[in-house]
Amino acid sequence: MTVPVLAVRDIAKGFGAIRAVDGVSFEVRPGEILGLIGPNGSGKSTLFNCILGQLTPDRGSVEVNGRSVSGRRPFELSRLGVGRTFQQLSVFPKMSVLDNVILAGQEHRGSLLGRLFAAPDAGLTAEAERLIAFFRLGHLRDEMAGALSYGQQKLVDAAMAFMAGPSLVLLDEPAGGVNLTMLAGLKERLIAYNREHGTTFVVIEHNMEFVMSLCTRIIVLAEGRIIAEGPPEAVRADPRVIDAYLGG
Amino acid sequence: MKRLLLLGLGLVALLVAPLGQGTYVTYLLCSWLTFGIAAMGLNLTLGYAGQISLAQASFMGIGAYVTALLTLAGWPWLAAMPLAVAACFLVGLALGFPALRVQGHFLAFVTLAFNTLFFLVARNEDGLTGGPYGLSGMPRPDFGLLDTAQQPAFYYFTLAVFLAAAVLLWGIVRSPWGRAFKGLRENPIRAESLGLDTRRITLMAFAIGSAYGGLAGALFSPLVQYVEPGSFAFAQSLRILLMVVVGGAGFFFAPMLGAAMVILLPEVLRFTEGYYLMIYAGAVIVLMVVCPEGLIGLGGRLRDRFQAPRPRGDLQEGARP
Ligand SMILES: Nc1ncnc2c1ncn2[C@@H]1O[C@H](COP(=O)(O)OP(=O)(O)OP(=O)(O)O)[C@@H](O)[C@H]1O
Ligand SMILES: [Mg+2]
Repeated sequence: MTVPVLAVRDIAKGFGAIRAVDGVSFEVRPGEILGLIGPNGSGKSTLFNCILGQLTPDRGSVEVNGRSVSGRRPFELSRLGVGRTFQQLSVFPKMSVLDNVILAGQEHRGSLLGRLFAAPDAGLTAEAERLIAFFRLGHLRDEMAGALSYGQQKLVDAAMAFMAGPSLVLLDEPAGGVNLTMLAGLKERLIAYNREHGTTFVVIEHNMEFVMSLCTRIIVLAEGRIIAEGPPEAVRADPRVIDAYLGG
Repeated sequence: MKRLLLLGLGLVALLVAPLGQGTYVTYLLCSWLTFGIAAMGLNLTLGYAGQISLAQASFMGIGAYVTALLTLAGWPWLAAMPLAVAACFLVGLALGFPALRVQGHFLAFVTLAFNTLFFLVARNEDGLTGGPYGLSGMPRPDFGLLDTAQQPAFYYFTLAVFLAAAVLLWGIVRSPWGRAFKGLRENPIRAESLGLDTRRITLMAFAIGSAYGGLAGALFSPLVQYVEPGSFAFAQSLRILLMVVVGGAGFFFAPMLGAAMVILLPEVLRFTEGYYLMIYAGAVIVLMVVCPEGLIGLGGRLRDRFQAPRPRGDLQEGARP
């Protein structure tokens, strides 16, 4: 049995009277592209934030590559090889695309004090340029991230999640607000990255076309609980899923 | 190339500035450089790292009192100064802890309270600080080859310290730390999710910025040869903040320019007699309304206006998927 890249056990999180996540458990195998879908407010983002140390869950535990990460801070998860994006656009607007991507990698190199004496780019320019080119942003390398279009910023945001060479990446609605051509490009890039590096993904997405064609397995969340799980075709046909979406 | 030339010209100007000037003008120049160092520190904390502090004057105060007490006790300046800087580094580190919990207005109030606390301690602990009468008679450093008791020797001594501090800061903001500070300012949550230990880097932003305040204090003590609590009151912190903001927070040369505006400009305006402070205040208000990014930001805008627009990469090539 291989150790799961991510093991989530009985995570629950409430906000006052709202039970945003209500006892969720699942595992993600190495190299898998897992989709996480569910209606608005079903607790997907809250679940991500509990996994990544952004929120403290009320109960439950999280393991990454067999190692408990409960109570770890977000930066520690990043250093353990877990990349992420946020649902809201999240770049450094007054820094160039190149600096955005270098910042995404530099904290993984050496010690804090060592970085004070390191080269200005922490020796990461070439690597950052490769990743920028991979996401087809090469022509925007020196632009301020805040000056780019929404879709372009979304790609920069995604690129940053990969800079540190993570073994697991959690993407919260990477396709939100991205146009159709760029969407196809993004999907193709994610699949290519997965093939080349064996990187595991968990992807939250509302665009069904995108999720169904990208993911190998899908988990459906409704009102903070898993209501269905399986390969895309099975989930699509599941009456409980259709119910959850139509019932609101 | 153009930049190097400008930098060279600036250096030459700094070198010849005190020549043929009276003691008052030389004193003003020293004061400008000294406050420039304090403002450089605040520019790191506020401009680069985005952490508001209204306590920079208290760090100047700590640096000045430590230097005054030690040099009065016979220590050489070169031994007193590192202690003053280290003390401010540590106190600044401690002041950084509230910033891990509160931000914005609340952090402003916490730092303001600290400045007030410092003022009260300096005024009330007569035994150590001389109370409201302060301490006086600090010697100016004598380095054997260079005795700074007289001007312009003291000016060149101040200039040397100022340049060393600027070069050091340049090194810091150019290193990966500089990028980390900016990341903290622009989007702390994203930065943390990318592996940045935002707590540590916040503490460092306060500690280093405060250490610069301490260095400025270590120069202030032999410059004025008289330290008293009033010199480091809250209003002085506001003045240092004004230097950073008027110059353009987050730009490397902003503190030097801002300190010049705050310290030298009022003197230049003195010929207008009673009106100079009003003119000065008016100019600051107009600048802040027209260009909140300060003088350097204003310069950038003017340059953009008179330069042919630079086409953006993707607009040049046409949008690509
Ligand atoms: N910080 C918060 N404070 C209070 N309630 C919150 C908070 N964050 C989320 N919630 C609530 O928790 C529930 C789940 O929110 P969450 O953002 O996880 O949903 P989601 O599945 O990501 O939705 P969407 O698809 O719209 O992004 C919602 O009812 C939301 O209002
Ligand atoms: Mg969400």
